[in-house]
Amino acid sequence: MADQQFNPSILGFLCNWCCYAAADAAGVSRFQYPPSMRTVRVMCTGRIDPAFVLRAFVEGADGIFSGG
Amino acid sequence: MLTNADFLALEGTAGNFTATINLRPRYIDADACTACGLCTQYCPKHHVDPYNEGLAITRPIHIDYAQAVPATYYIDPSSCLFLQHETCQICVPVCQSHAINFKQQPEERKLNIGAVILSPGFGKIDPKTLAKFSYGKHPDVVTSFEYERMTTASGPFMGEVKCFSDGRHPKRMAFIQCVGSRDIGCNNGYCSSVCCMYAIKEALVTKEHDPEVDITIYYMDIRTQGKDFDAARERAEAIGVKFVRAKVADVTPWENHLQLTYATLDGQHKFEPFDLVVLSVGLESPKDAQKIADITKIDLNKYDFCATDSFNPLQTSQQGIVVAGAFQGPKDIPESVTQSSAAASLAAASLKAVRGKGVEMKIYPEEQVVAADDEVRIGVFVCHCGINISSVVDCAAVANYAGDMKNVTFYTENLYSCSQDAQEVIKKKIKEHKLNRVVIAACSPRTHEPLFQETLRDAGLNRNLFEMVNIRDQCSWVHAGEPELATIKSKDLVRMAVAKARLIQPLPEQTVPVTAKALVIGAGVAGMTAALNLAEQGFDSVLIEKGDGIGGNLQNLHYTLAGDAVQSHLKTLVDKVKQSKKVDVLCNAELVQTAGFIGNFASVIASGKGKARVEQTVDHGVIIVATGGREHRPDKYLLGKSKKVVTQQELEKQLAGKAKTRAPGSIVMIQCAGSRGDDLNYCSKVCCNHALKNILKVKEINPDSQIVVLYRDMRTYGFAEDAYLEARKMGVVFIPYEVDLKPEVTEKGAKVQVRFFDSIMQEEVTMSPDLVALSVGIVPDDTDTLSKLLKLPVTANKFFLEAHVKLRPVELSVSGVYVCGLAHGPKPVDETIVQAQAAAAKAAIPLVKGYVKVDPIVSSVEQDKCIGCGLCVSLCPYGAIVMQKVDGKRKAETISASCKACGICAAHCPTFAISMGGFTNEQINSQIEAFGATGDR
Repeated sequence: MADQQFNPSILGFLCNWCCYAAADAAGVSRFQYPPSMRTVRVMCTGRIDPAFVLRAFVEGADGIFSGG
Repeated sequence: MLTNADFLALEGTAGNFTATINLRPRYIDADACTACGLCTQYCPKHHVDPYNEGLAITRPIHIDYAQAVPATYYIDPSSCLFLQHETCQICVPVCQSHAINFKQQPEERKLNIGAVILSPGFGKIDPKTLAKFSYGKHPDVVTSFEYERMTTASGPFMGEVKCFSDGRHPKRMAFIQCVGSRDIGCNNGYCSSVCCMYAIKEALVTKEHDPEVDITIYYMDIRTQGKDFDAARERAEAIGVKFVRAKVADVTPWENHLQLTYATLDGQHKFEPFDLVVLSVGLESPKDAQKIADITKIDLNKYDFCATDSFNPLQTSQQGIVVAGAFQGPKDIPESVTQSSAAASLAAASLKAVRGKGVEMKIYPEEQVVAADDEVRIGVFVCHCGINISSVVDCAAVANYAGDMKNVTFYTENLYSCSQDAQEVIKKKIKEHKLNRVVIAACSPRTHEPLFQETLRDAGLNRNLFEMVNIRDQCSWVHAGEPELATIKSKDLVRMAVAKARLIQPLPEQTVPVTAKALVIGAGVAGMTAALNLAEQGFDSVLIEKGDGIGGNLQNLHYTLAGDAVQSHLKTLVDKVKQSKKVDVLCNAELVQTAGFIGNFASVIASGKGKARVEQTVDHGVIIVATGGREHRPDKYLLGKSKKVVTQQELEKQLAGKAKTRAPGSIVMIQCAGSRGDDLNYCSKVCCNHALKNILKVKEINPDSQIVVLYRDMRTYGFAEDAYLEARKMGVVFIPYEVDLKPEVTEKGAKVQVRFFDSIMQEEVTMSPDLVALSVGIVPDDTDTLSKLLKLPVTANKFFLEAHVKLRPVELSVSGVYVCGLAHGPKPVDETIVQAQAAAAKAAIPLVKGYVKVDPIVSSVEQDKCIGCGLCVSLCPYGAIVMQKVDGKRKAETISASCKACGICAAHCPTFAISMGGFTNEQINSQIEAFGATGDR
């Protein structure tokens, strides 16, 4: 059953000033989380064009994470 | 920056001091340490962690916290096995970068300096003072500092609140205020100013963790006098935090709980059981205060804080030595940050003659031209970071994977990409393989991008031809148990970065020259202080004043609580401004229009009266907003209707006069008249001190005068608490009233009557005093006009809103515009002066530099595509986009110097006409496409 577990492919847009910094801090503190997200660093989540989100779904993303 | 250092001696005079410093060995070479943390993992000895208030165990070799500066580990010699017993040394071979050096010796260093800033912070309250609350006797009585570490997500319990006795989650919690403050028993008569606010914060945080927990705060007065602080108290009350006005007698263990005994205002003694008790401990003077005073010969006040006066709040008793932060008096973060800027401006003014000397400018090789159609040649460097990355991620596989990608002409691995020798390798490979894009897969761009960009510049490449992949902080460190998946993630991230790198283009480095002149709006004490401070630093300013003359609200004040004469100081200040060749004063003046951006403003100013009114255009680089405020006159309590009802300001004027009856025989003072949820929603910070100052004056003139003060919370924060105590000793009666049971003032014939509920006697009382003095609040002078003119945000209470409440307290969100004085929020004169000095310090930064550097990642508008809809202008939070007429058509244009690169404009432009440097649509789309192209990994 383990192989059939859903491992989502997630694309994350992280704000350089907060969420990206928080993700770094999670690393420094060695918090462990599943390796299912790939990230795009932006200077502000205000940069995220809705078209990016749609395109990511087209490219096969199961979910989008926006952190800002 | 010299850390781990002791200040031993100071010789010489202002402008030419010699300071002797002892540098304690850290036993780690700071340049070689990569802060990987391996040494701490291997060190076998336990060490109680002082940074975490002793709540956690660390090792003698450690770093206090992840964001510590410098990011270098150190060895605490008190518990290191080698330094104590010459054994162990396990850390030495463990450290991959050979940074550990037990041969380091203490080093004495002499520094030739011109000015000294003292900022040693505050000390801790003696645990003896806490004993009556069972602190040290029962594990579930903690100090607020310990509790702060407990609730911190990055603290030893990751934010989990629990009782130390048995690990259970507390259901009932109490905060006890004024522990070690307002307590002459421990010789701390002063109020620590910050504890009420931090207790509320900690209560709010606790409620976020567990909404069910029952929290009571026991207090004498809630002193949330800071800007918008009352709102936090109201928020806490709204989510169920209880506030009980009481004096806590003791806390005693009771089975596995704690019993708190307290006395309420009406004289009742009560008991309550709690699971956890937090002691809101005050701020003590720094431990080394006396030692610092001995070295520097500065004066201390009676509580061992640095002695200063109201009009020179940061000047110590020694020339060339200034103070900042809690050593000057207990204070919170925004005020400490403000003081630090102000202290820097005072030091900078005294060092003006040597400014810029001893600075060496680095010269870079000429930048290689990389044209858009040049062949893209990408170099990929995969970092092992010792074993930080390579112990989880298969770095060789990642590098080889990158090598197969289109346009990647070179790929390799580095042990430490950030090391000096690796930088040389990168530079060599750039030249050898004619690389014109560099991708480094290593740690975080937030910490290391500037270093690698510097390497690119040294190699003659534009620094923007660079992309970083984070495979340490956001991969190997967080997926330690899943090496295969972490390697796949690393490959994916490298693929996305290479895809972006193919499209990155060199971006121009822009600088914009600065007009070295300031426009200061408002010539009260704030504006005058700011303009004079700038003059002392060597800069011109135009000081514009709406009224007939300069001086502002200070003209209405006559003495301070500390007893200083206000009018003679004001006269000196006004004379200085008038005599200064660097300050150009315009009265009856107002700002009509401003165009431009930081460094390059052009403002139209109208000045003069009637026919003499003229308009002129002034070019300037910065703007300091000091438009001030005024007394709020509520239409309540017969103010303006009865001659026997006056404001504190009117009473002050009367007391400063010569009339024989100026200090009446009986006075009732009503605090918060029209404030805190009445006409005004906020606390005006100064009114309690204002009342106290008048009380002491009345008593000085007429010792028999009977004074009753009706108040909600007496907010005599800091050292003003002494005056409150003195007044009570003189027999002045202070009676609290509740917000829903306000006093009433009525007229009965020639008399006024005050009726109120006496919460101490528990009965209604009527008095007929000779005079009723109202402590009314402060409202800002018109901020709407300026807010619209300069696009400056204001708070709900119409004061200007700073860019960041804690970190940028005197800057506004529009670059090059600063704020100080009452326009920012109500505050007393000493705080206004400090804030004005701080605003001048911040404003001087671009003026000193002479240019403003524009980050190349700002937005740019392709005017062919722009349809002039103006959406971007309305969305830009920084006022960094304007509409221009180009060939008769409306077109958007970015003011690069004001742009903060957020990209909101680019995300919303309906015609994709706006692009962000380094974050173009094409680049982000290429990353998304590469994200999906998982087939070839």
